[in-house]
Amino acid sequence: MVQKIFEMKTESDVNPGMMIIVPVDLVYVQDGTGPLSFRQFEKLGKDSLAFPENTAIFLDHAAPSPRKELSNDHVYLRSMSSKLGCRLYDVGQGVCHQIAIESLVRPYDIVVGADSHTCTGGALGAFATGMGSTDIAVAMGLGKNWFRVPESILIKLVGKMPKYITGKDVIISIVKHFGSNGASYQALEFVGDIENIPIHDRLTISNMAIECGAKVGIFPSDEITREFLEKNNRFEDFKELSPDPDAEYVDKLDIKLDEIEPMVSVPHYVHTARRAKNLKDVKINQVFLGSCTNGRLEDLRMAAKILKGKTVAKGVRLIVVPASKKVYLDALKEGIIETFVDSGACIMAPGCGPCVGVHEGILGDNEVALATSNRNFHGRMGNPDSYIYLSSPLTAAASAITGYITDPREFDI
Amino acid sequence: MAISGRVIKVGDNISTDHIIPGRYFHLRSDLEKLSEHALEDVVENFHEKAKGGVILVGGSNFGIGSSREHAPIVLKMSGVKAVVAKSFARIFFRNAINIGLPVIIVDTTRIFDGDDIIIDLEKGVLMEKRDSYKLNFPPLDIRIQSIINEGGIVDYIKKHSDISFEM
Repeated sequence: MVQKIFEMKTESDVNPGMMIIVPVDLVYVQDGTGPLSFRQFEKLGKDSLAFPENTAIFLDHAAPSPRKELSNDHVYLRSMSSKLGCRLYDVGQGVCHQIAIESLVRPYDIVVGADSHTCTGGALGAFATGMGSTDIAVAMGLGKNWFRVPESILIKLVGKMPKYITGKDVIISIVKHFGSNGASYQALEFVGDIENIPIHDRLTISNMAIECGAKVGIFPSDEITREFLEKNNRFEDFKELSPDPDAEYVDKLDIKLDEIEPMVSVPHYVHTARRAKNLKDVKINQVFLGSCTNGRLEDLRMAAKILKGKTVAKGVRLIVVPASKKVYLDALKEGIIETFVDSGACIMAPGCGPCVGVHEGILGDNEVALATSNRNFHGRMGNPDSYIYLSSPLTAAASAITGYITDPREFDI
Repeated sequence: MAISGRVIKVGDNISTDHIIPGRYFHLRSDLEKLSEHALEDVVENFHEKAKGGVILVGGSNFGIGSSREHAPIVLKMSGVKAVVAKSFARIFFRNAINIGLPVIIVDTTRIFDGDDIIIDLEKGVLMEKRDSYKLNFPPLDIRIQSIINEGGIVDYIKKHSDISFEM
């Protein structure tokens, strides 16, 4: 599929390993990487963006800002948006990748973002990849960038996820298989019984492709994609994409979905993962439900099913962060937010929340967090003297109630 | 291009959260202050130790995690002349090239903390100063070497006014 996208954009034959230059369809930055991107852009000596309407700034990592230095970064980014005419999504709108897939990313798009989880867009059949600030400055200024065409790894998803199993459990299993570097420079292409994989699970899976080193994690664009785009008033953005039967792959992996169990990444790496049922002695202090990985309406809804009528364990904080304003509003209308507040949760403004250790739930010394985000590296949530586990929203909700890591199958939903 | 320096050795899977911890996120627009904290949870006083020019040597998967370009930048600002590792995370590798920080892929098992080494990027040779070991590595693609030689992609573009690889 990756080859097909590049061949369409370059109108020539493309093979893995080639270095090519392609125009970019969408480029975006967040508030952590944006300031450096624009400073590098200014150094390039260009006075205008290549495509202002396809360039976006998202203020999501510090939302709202907890420190004056970050507030000043926001002031700078807002001024860049005014000066150069690019899109600006201000504090409270949501996480960059969530808004991008709701409103901007289209199948066949080449999307580059100054955030490693830009690969989320692959769930919509786009070639979406994360790059550093300077690369993004080049894309903003020239409207193109150089790429090494990745080899593709075929991941065939077979069967159906049982009840209680989610895309998060699937992708943690895949990252465990590859290790943190096993798919480096390569494209993960997901095929198989994908009519059984709803769009929110595809988004979670693509979001974490980077955690095994992959350049992109791409799904075909099919009826499920069309339905999603229509729901977001973007029916004209749909275009069908699927791999050719004679496509070549450097590796193939079959994943039997009905054998997947609730999985948890243990400190301090994503690929070091175990079954939730084997971690029931791990006491937790904070649960984070949200992020570009699992902050969608479906994620909040499934967690609310477990939390309804129950309370969070004594001594545990449950921090809930809807991934976008749209998610927040939909969750409010469904009564999901009420369920969370009733159970004892803190609801925060749409954004990255505590994921990156900036604000909204820094851990104390020796504390343990269970998060539905995508990375648990040493010190990530703001304190090197703390421990982070990663899981699905169902596992997170179940664990918030018991105060220990808990397999969600112990609860009726 | 020859690079020489004293080795600071670290282990496998050094992440971008190790290189610049999240608790210093607010210093991202003050690169001088940010670089004072480079790698501080992995090597005590790294910023001081790297002054004067060192070669940072890691194991596998150096730079895993985020796309934050600040990671190679703070290493370079602290005095790191090159990063050598058995393997690199993809985005870190590309970012290092873009800011003109040489990255070398070679088996680092025999390289130890405190060694004095010399690296020839064009020839693909890394040797210990007193000749106790000599390692060969595939030189980087010539187009990538030219980006590093110009000091990074911004300077490359300013000189050539575009990215095109007609050499």
